[in-house]
Amino acid sequence: MSTVRVVDPGPLALVQDLGRPGLAALGVSASGAFDRAAHRLANRLVGNDESAAALECLLGGLRLALPAGTWFAVTGAWGDAALVNDGGYQRVEPHTAMRADTGAELHLGPVAHGLRSTLAVRGGLAVPVTLGSRSRDTLAALGPEPLRAGDVLPIGSEPQAPVPVADLVPVDPPTDGVVELGVRPGPRHDWFDAAAWSLLLTSEWITSARSDRTGVRLEGPALARASDLVGVELASEGMLRGSIQVSPDGAPTVLGPDHPVTGGYPVIAVVVDPALDRLAQLRPGQPVRLRLVAGRR
Amino acid sequence: MRLLPCGDRALLAEFATLEAALAAHARWSAEAPAGITELVPAARTVLVRLDPAALGLGAAEQWLAARAPTTTAALPAAGFVTLPVVYDGDDLAVVAEDWGCSPHAVVDRHAATDWLCAFIGFAPGFPYLVPEGAALPPVPRRATSRPQVPAGSVALAAEYCGVYPRPSPGGWQLIGRTDAVLWDADRASPALVTPGTRVRFAPVTS
Repeated sequence: MSTVRVVDPGPLALVQDLGRPGLAALGVSASGAFDRAAHRLANRLVGNDESAAALECLLGGLRLALPAGTWFAVTGAWGDAALVNDGGYQRVEPHTAMRADTGAELHLGPVAHGLRSTLAVRGGLAVPVTLGSRSRDTLAALGPEPLRAGDVLPIGSEPQAPVPVADLVPVDPPTDGVVELGVRPGPRHDWFDAAAWSLLLTSEWITSARSDRTGVRLEGPALARASDLVGVELASEGMLRGSIQVSPDGAPTVLGPDHPVTGGYPVIAVVVDPALDRLAQLRPGQPVRLRLVAGRR
Repeated sequence: MRLLPCGDRALLAEFATLEAALAAHARWSAEAPAGITELVPAARTVLVRLDPAALGLGAAEQWLAARAPTTTAALPAAGFVTLPVVYDGDDLAVVAEDWGCSPHAVVDRHAATDWLCAFIGFAPGFPYLVPEGAALPPVPRRATSRPQVPAGSVALAAEYCGVYPRPSPGGWQLIGRTDAVLWDADRASPALVTPGTRVRFAPVTS
């Protein structure tokens, strides 16, 4: 069986697939790729099933030894990347299937746009499955451990589909400017005072450095509770990826793929599904605006 | 029952009591159409996850409202588990003071209670247990949560008893510890206690 070897995992490299939905009754969150579109694209580029396991690399810095003949593709966050062997150096283009003709090291440089890159290899990563998925859930500590130098990961068998012929996949790198996220009201939007809802939708929020796959914290004005609900405890209730929880000090956190299944902080709004992938690419300090998306209610 | 908005792909059904929420969860689970992808029961709510392409929010509201149970039903039995407990938790005295009794009496009342797992939340395999008979006095959460609660800690908060499946931060009042393994992802049934499981705690000395 063919394998890849981790030379340097960079700040954090995790195996992810499309997660393990449907296990909330056991207290298990769906987890899975944070930037789902980047994950699917990387797999499609190398002819994999979209759900094949790939690497989610935070901030770049990954160095991975690939055996000769390995097809791979990098999507999501972008920085300089190169294929390095004894004889040379070949630039790696984003969103493009490439083949390591001889054994080589793939180097992901520091990311310049976005935060998390997806690296798919043809055949997928055939690490052991936990509860139906190869995803690392960082909060629940389920699935494969974060990568360490020296780890050897098996590559799965050759997929039926060929590597598709695509000259150019027109995908822009993640934006560096203000990111707009669509939201819809959450179940406890009425727990807050009248000013809070308007502050939520009109403020320029700043992505906190204290963000991870459990949740992305937003820094800005405090969202005050309605006066009769200050200090009231909410019985734990089910949470979603995208739920915007507000802690007692008024700070909002948008829950990520490894969120707890239930939580006791009121949810003022929920980021809509088409905007969830953008959460994965928010850099610390990056501004965010929340926009109410039309719909029922 | 109230149906609360919850973004573009879920609804949150809220009930007056735990029993009503569990009855709705049981009925909806048995009859759910394909567009309802998951039902997440909790203390007073059931989170209804939808595939909006298969079942729109409006249609889901109508479906749920038409099947809101008017009676409560017992949870289907899901086994019986006895957990050995060393009652030496750091918050035993706090609970005793809150209940106005001795720490010894807290242990007696806790161990004499038949518990039922209502739902799992917070973390994989973390059971929310409720008394099957007379309720115990509610217990306030700690003002500040502990950064690290040891695995196997038996704890109280509000009307619930819980057991921490693995080390994690936690704000519940700790009354004891068990060496039973509440969660093992490699087991055929990873959670030792699942919704409907009856639980008794048996005092042991360390």
